[in-house]
This record gives sequence, structure tokens and C-alpha cells, in this order.
Amino acid sequence: MRNYDPFVLPFMLGFLFLVVLIIYKFAQWLIRLNMREKVLFRHGMLSRKFLHAGNEVFMESLIHRKMFKANPLLGYMHMSLAFGWFLLIVLGNVESRLHTGAHLNMPYFPIFLKFFVTEKETIPFYGGFTNLMDFLLLMVLSGVFLALIKRMTSRIFGMRRTTNLKVGDKIALITLWLIFPLRLFAESLTAAQHHNGGFMTENVGQFLAAFLPTDQLSYPAWWLYSISLGAFFVAVPFSRYMHIPAEILLIYLRHFGIHSTKVYSSFSELEVYSCSRCGVCIDKCQLHTADIHFNTPTYFFRAIRERSLSGDLTDACLLCDRCTAACPVEINTTAIRIAKRATFSTSFKSDFSYLPANHTRRKADVAYFAGCMTHLTPAIRKAMIAILEHAKVKYHFIDEQGICCGRPLMMTGRLEEAQQLVRKNEALIKGSGARILLLSCPICLKAFREDYHLDIRIMHHSEYICELMDRQILQIPAGTQLFSFHDPCELGRGSGIFDQPRKILSEAGKLVKSKFEKENSFCCGGSLGHTSLSQAQRNIITQEVVNELTKNNPDSLVTACPLCKKTFTRWSEVPVKDIAEIVAEVISLGSTQSDREQNTNSLGIKVHEKQKRK
Amino acid sequence: MKKDKWGYGIHPDRQIDLDNANLSLLELVRQSEPSYNLCIACGSCAATCTAGNLTTISLRRINIYLQRGMIKELREEIRRCMLCGKCYLACPRGVNTRHVIIAIHEALKATGYEEL
Repeated sequence: MRNYDPFVLPFMLGFLFLVVLIIYKFAQWLIRLNMREKVLFRHGMLSRKFLHAGNEVFMESLIHRKMFKANPLLGYMHMSLAFGWFLLIVLGNVESRLHTGAHLNMPYFPIFLKFFVTEKETIPFYGGFTNLMDFLLLMVLSGVFLALIKRMTSRIFGMRRTTNLKVGDKIALITLWLIFPLRLFAESLTAAQHHNGGFMTENVGQFLAAFLPTDQLSYPAWWLYSISLGAFFVAVPFSRYMHIPAEILLIYLRHFGIHSTKVYSSFSELEVYSCSRCGVCIDKCQLHTADIHFNTPTYFFRAIRERSLSGDLTDACLLCDRCTAACPVEINTTAIRIAKRATFSTSFKSDFSYLPANHTRRKADVAYFAGCMTHLTPAIRKAMIAILEHAKVKYHFIDEQGICCGRPLMMTGRLEEAQQLVRKNEALIKGSGARILLLSCPICLKAFREDYHLDIRIMHHSEYICELMDRQILQIPAGTQLFSFHDPCELGRGSGIFDQPRKILSEAGKLVKSKFEKENSFCCGGSLGHTSLSQAQRNIITQEVVNELTKNNPDSLVTACPLCKKTFTRWSEVPVKDIAEIVAEVISLGSTQSDREQNTNSLGIKVHEKQKRK
Repeated sequence: MKKDKWGYGIHPDRQIDLDNANLSLLELVRQSEPSYNLCIACGSCAATCTAGNLTTISLRRINIYLQRGMIKELREEIRRCMLCGKCYLACPRGVNTRHVIIAIHEALKATGYEEL
């Protein structure tokens, strides 16, 4: 029995190169973590979190559970390649150890086992192993075949667009695709000579032997197989396939409690490397509607890795979080985008010295902060005040002559400037002594929850109204109106508030279901996240969203964000209302029966008319 | 007869010589945000401004400073902006006012007037 041949050298060199590089990169990422993160890492390594993370690595990196959720065929493609290859390696190792009886073999030995071991009798359970290995190879090959089809028509994988690859990625892709057919080729040719193959390699070998000189071809075929493996390993660190090792480390660190922040950190870098450029985010981006392409996280992260990131690419994002919600690796794309904006944005050298120094300290239970956008849509503010007075809540209107929460500045990466506003608002709210900070604008909500240090409950008005209903302080009479609800980005995906507005609306009327709701809801197009998007481009986005949301002829299009409301109002034929307005309306009506009957009638006629038109 | 007897004073000269005005910032802003050209100086932006409630900032005035090349005044005024975006939503012409502010800051930096 031989256990060395020069053809293993390309594989071995590539393998060693990759191992050294991964160790180097991992060490670099870990060393650059800040002190707090390092402590979390040390604690995490010795806790049960380590096991949980291991479980997730198995489910996500090998099985690709989230990919299956996105599209079953896409999931199978990724799973067959990752899990299939993984099992090939594991089983190959088991098989080779049974053969040699040693605990350790050279890394190449299991990979090229069929070349070195041609006598079946030397391996226990040989028939079982070889057929199982053939089955796994077939599984991986089916994945490669699907990947090839996906490059041609991505639509059957539920993707309208797939990632546009650059030359480097294409080379890596081709070497990866070649590995498995070459393995089949090499093993089949050897099987034709020595009859040591399984159900697939044996038959393919016989078939090839009918018209090919197998004796002369089998040795070069092993060389090619080794070269393709070596080439792929060398390509990994420079291509998107670096995501394979990076994602594993990412999952561990995430389980240890390390998360991305608005400052570009070592963890953000790890997230960037963990992007597999699978392209799931591409279809989610609404900027395609406005004819903006190649801006999605796939391309954004690639530009970061290639050090070719531009200010324009960094700006080309609504920060709506649709891509983040869809990302199978759960990379916080929005946080990285904001962090990178900080490196491009010119400092404002803001001068907020005009802000009033002293505030009247009025004690109240609830501090109401309407926010800039609510001041621009006074109906919402009036409705909220009416609700608070109806519920006899002791409140203090904090920002009657208010200032911005700071999030619009943060969104452009100007964190220092925003801090001045944050400090001001913090003093204002702490001065009021309130236990609850009530907000009407989800943009403010997100800022107050994530960037402020307040020890009080921070609630959006939809949460607050819902709680008033639960505590029977506010009774909403059942109505018959038909509502279409739009989840604002910052409220839904941004703050995880999906159920409360729905609960309120289903009390006050009937809620229409939509394909684009909850995590999959649209951005209204008015986002403050994108600074240079033109009005015309915004209009296209908004029109598409309004058309989709009013498809079922609702009586009103309801949202829970003043900015969404303002944006929709220009384009919607049905009235656009905030959830607070709906509630204020029904409680002020006192819900007299006649009023509701009128609504029903007008609804009946309206629906009838629209149906006729169709 | 002395003119102060009439109860009039003489105002300082308020002429602006556009031939000598520094319009380099204006050009940069126009290139960076083309919608700036749509402005009709209606003042909706100034009327709705959050910061305008508390201080003298007015986007309409910023506009005039920019067009007259009054860089020093412009620089002082623009630093008060909170970038909240209300002016953008109020603009009847769809001028991307938020980006105009950013473009002015960038132009100040590019021309080196930021520090003066």
C-alpha cells in the first residue's frame, strides 16, 4: 500500500495556505475586539452558550435552515453542497482510520483514499462505505448542477436577480464547481481499473472504459482533482467563500453577546466577511424600482472588502432593514451602513448653543414626545392629546417647542453632532420625572431605545394605546371599517412592534391581510436614510407601495408613523390615517349606532362601485 | 438744512456686487444637488423648521447667502441645522433640502472655507 504520491502536493499546499490564513484572520479579528467584547468572549467560551452556538453552526452553516425558509430549492442547493461535502470529509476520515487503524492520517489521505486503497478487503464495511460515499457525492453534484442552473435562470429559485460576480469570484466558483465532477471522474476511472467503486463510480467507470483509455487517464485525473482542490483553497480567502470560516466565528461571537454598533468595529468586519453574496438581499431592495442597482449589502460588503467603497454607494440605502430581515446570516447590514457613513460624512461642526438651557420642570406620569414629523402632521398630535385626555392620563408635552431626537443626524453617520441633541433631550425627559416616555414617531422611538440612557419605559403610541385597552381604561367599540395597515420600517422591523397596531385595528374594524406585511413590509419611500435620493425616485417607490396596499379597496390606509403618513397622503386615493387618529375618531364619536350604520352603508356602496369599475 | 431734521437717517450701502461675489459654493451645490435649481424661495422650509422655532435659522436665508456668496454668514447659519428633514417634506417643489444642507457642508469643506 502506498500512502504518498506527488499529485497530493497541490492539495496539501492549498490546504496549508488556507489553514494558516484562517488562523491569522481569526486571531486578527479576536485581538481587535474591544475590552468588553473580549470579556464576553472569554465568558462565552466556558458557558453553555458555546454549545448553543455549535448547534446553530450546524443548523445554519451546514443545513442552511434559513435558506430553506427563503426558498426550498435554494436551501437544498446550499445544503447539498455544504452538508454533503462535510459528510464526505467526515466519512472519508472514518473510513481511512478504519483502514489504517491509526488515529491520525495525513489530511490528504482520506481525500484521495480511492487512489491509495484499491483492495476492498482492507477496509471494514467497504460496500456500505463506498455506496454511502457515492450517494453523498451524487448529492453534492446535484447541488453543483442546481448552482449552474441558478446562474442561468435564478427565477426558479425564487430570485428575480442573483449576484453579479466579478472575475475573482468567478474563478473561485469554477474551481469549486470543478472539484466534484473531477472527483467523480478520478474515482470512476480508478474504479474501472480496480473495481473498487460504489453504485455510481463503478457504473460511470464502466461507461467511460467503453470509449476512453482508463489506464492512462486515471492518474492525470487525480492530479486535476488535487489541483482543483488546491486552487479552491487558495481562492477562499480572496473570494466570497471566506464566508465559510467567518460565519462560524460570527455565530459563536453573536451567541456570546457581541453585536454590531454604529461604529465600524472588528465585529463589523467579521460580519462583512461572513456575507456569502448569496443575493437574497438583492430582490428585497426597493431602490431597484427607482432604477438604482448594485447598492445592496452584497455589493456594499464586496466594496468594503475590496477597499473600493465610495460615498455614493454608502449613501444608496433607505435603511429600511428589509435586507437585514431577509439575510440568512442575519448580518446587521444597516448598522454597518451607518458605521461606514461616519467615515464619509463631512462634519457639521454643529452649533446647538441656541437650545434653551433651563426647562420648566413639570411633574407628570407620561412624558409625550411628539417628534418633528408629528409636528408636521398635526392631526396625529391632536389625536394623541385627545386620547390622553380621554383616558385622563397625567401627561406632559415635552416637545411643544421641541428639538429633533438626533436620529436623522445619526442616519447620515454624524454621531457626535447627534449626541448634543441626545444629551439635551435626556435632560429634558429626566427633568419631567415621568415613568413612561410616549412617542408618536417610530424614528424617535428607535433613537430613544437604542441611543439614549433613560431608565423609564419608552413606548410608541400603538403600544401605549394597546396597553390602555388591555387595562380597560380605553374601550374601543367594534367597527366595520376595512383597514389596510402599513408597518413602518422603524416600528416593525426596527423595533419589533408588529402585533399591537394589529390588535387595535382589529378591535376598531377589520384588517386586510397583505403579502407585504410585518417583516416583509415595504418602506414608504419617504425614508430619511437616503439623503441624495431625488423626489422623482421617491415618488416611484411610494406609488408602487400605495398601489399594493390599497389593492383590496380598504376604507383607509393606516400606518403608525407620521413620515409614512405624510409620504402616502400625496399618492393615495383612500384616506391615509395614523392609528392614533383611528382610535381618537372612534372614541370621540362615542360610537353611536347611527354613525356606524352610515359607515357600513358608505362602505357597501363604495365596495360595490369599485367592483363595478373592474 | 441739516438732513437729520427731517427725521431720516442714511442706511449703510446694501448693494451686492454679484460680479465680485464668491459663487464657487453655489456652483458646487448646484452640481451636487440639481433639485436646488427648482427652488422658488417660497419659504415653506423656513416656516416649518424645527430649529427655526428656537433660533434664527432659515433655509430661505441660507439660500440667499449662498446665492450672494456671503460665506461667513452662511457658515454660521447652517451649523444650527438638525437635519430632521421637515423642510424637505414641506417643499412644494420637491427640492431635496436635506441634501442641499449636506452639499453646502461638503462644498465648504471642498473649497476650504469651512475653517476660515
